[in-house]
Amino acid sequence: MDIKKLTNGLIKENPIFVQLLGMCPTLAVTTSAINGLGMGLATTAVLAASNVVISMLRKVIPSKIRIPAFIVVIASFVTIIEMVLEGYFVDLYNALGLFIPLIVVNCIILARAEAFAFKNNVFSSLLDGIGMGVGFTLALTLLGSIREIIGAGSIFGITLFGAAYKPALIMILPPGAFLALGILLAIKNIMSERKTV
Amino acid sequence: MENASIFVIVISAIFVNNFVLSRFLGICPFLGVSKQVETAFGMGMAVTFVMTLAGILTYFIHSFILVPLSLEYLKIVAFILVIASLVQFVEIVLQKTSPTLYQALGVFLPLITTNCAVLGLALLNIQYEFNLLQTIAHSVAAAVGFSLAIVLFAGIREKLEIADVPGPFKGFPIALITASLMSIAFLGFTGLV
Repeated sequence: MDIKKLTNGLIKENPIFVQLLGMCPTLAVTTSAINGLGMGLATTAVLAASNVVISMLRKVIPSKIRIPAFIVVIASFVTIIEMVLEGYFVDLYNALGLFIPLIVVNCIILARAEAFAFKNNVFSSLLDGIGMGVGFTLALTLLGSIREIIGAGSIFGITLFGAAYKPALIMILPPGAFLALGILLAIKNIMSERKTV
Repeated sequence: MENASIFVIVISAIFVNNFVLSRFLGICPFLGVSKQVETAFGMGMAVTFVMTLAGILTYFIHSFILVPLSLEYLKIVAFILVIASLVQFVEIVLQKTSPTLYQALGVFLPLITTNCAVLGLALLNIQYEFNLLQTIAHSVAAAVGFSLAIVLFAGIREKLEIADVPGPFKGFPIALITASLMSIAFLGFTGLV
């Protein structure tokens, strides 16, 4: 039962491919695999921590003002993550830029707070946060890898094809983000259709 | 960017660094509320209103409260609260004055709170160290850029409804690919300013 809460977010309710939440960072930071992974982990940390705190406070927060209360909790954790990244991971901090403070408005986090953490106990909320976060991280890393391989001919900064390969620069420019996600979603649709038949 | 003229800021925010198509801010409403031109236009207007007010309000909060008290590290918390209250305010006004529009925008109105375009704008204004006039110009222009993108996109999606799209691409995938083509078109503005 508890394991299910953890694995739910990975594939069956994957935040990106199934719920289509949190599109902005998904598209913006996935110019390389490492950026996608970094963003995913930062979001996971915020998601797990805010889920735990909101779950702890669920009997204290009046339901009428729950949304502002959620946002304050989430914003505090984002501030902490921003400081940690600035202090210890400067490269990643520079690469993600504006999108670190913007974790606070990532719909996934607010959606999980509202749909799960506010109704469930602390332990389940932690599992749910980690599961959803890992699902998000996987999706971002996958998208980042695809864009990096096609757009720069490398993965995690390691060159793959040698000098003869001419990278399709468009894939790491904004249009490539929309295109790659569009095609991935179409592939997902084909796969889930096959499964049901 | 500190000394950029108003004209450059406006052109840059609408076309070159379009919030949706090149900065990836505000993708959720862009994909979610763009099935009809009419609702897209309504969303555009609501966002324009919120973004302009939020831009100005956060500017004052930053320069008169946070900086003098050296509380800049609280900017995320402070800004998001201002934006959340503003959205609540717009929601109440809309509910009273235009119930049809209120119904059409449905769940996406409270979601302006989590629209990264609004918070992104507030943070960008601070990052570029704009003065008040530049802040206003940038806020309005960014919102116009958002509205332009979402209305154009809704126009295309209305046509897509009757197009014969291959099965797996129906719905979101084809919408994303359309957005990709629009983004390529906007790339053409690169280097304009």
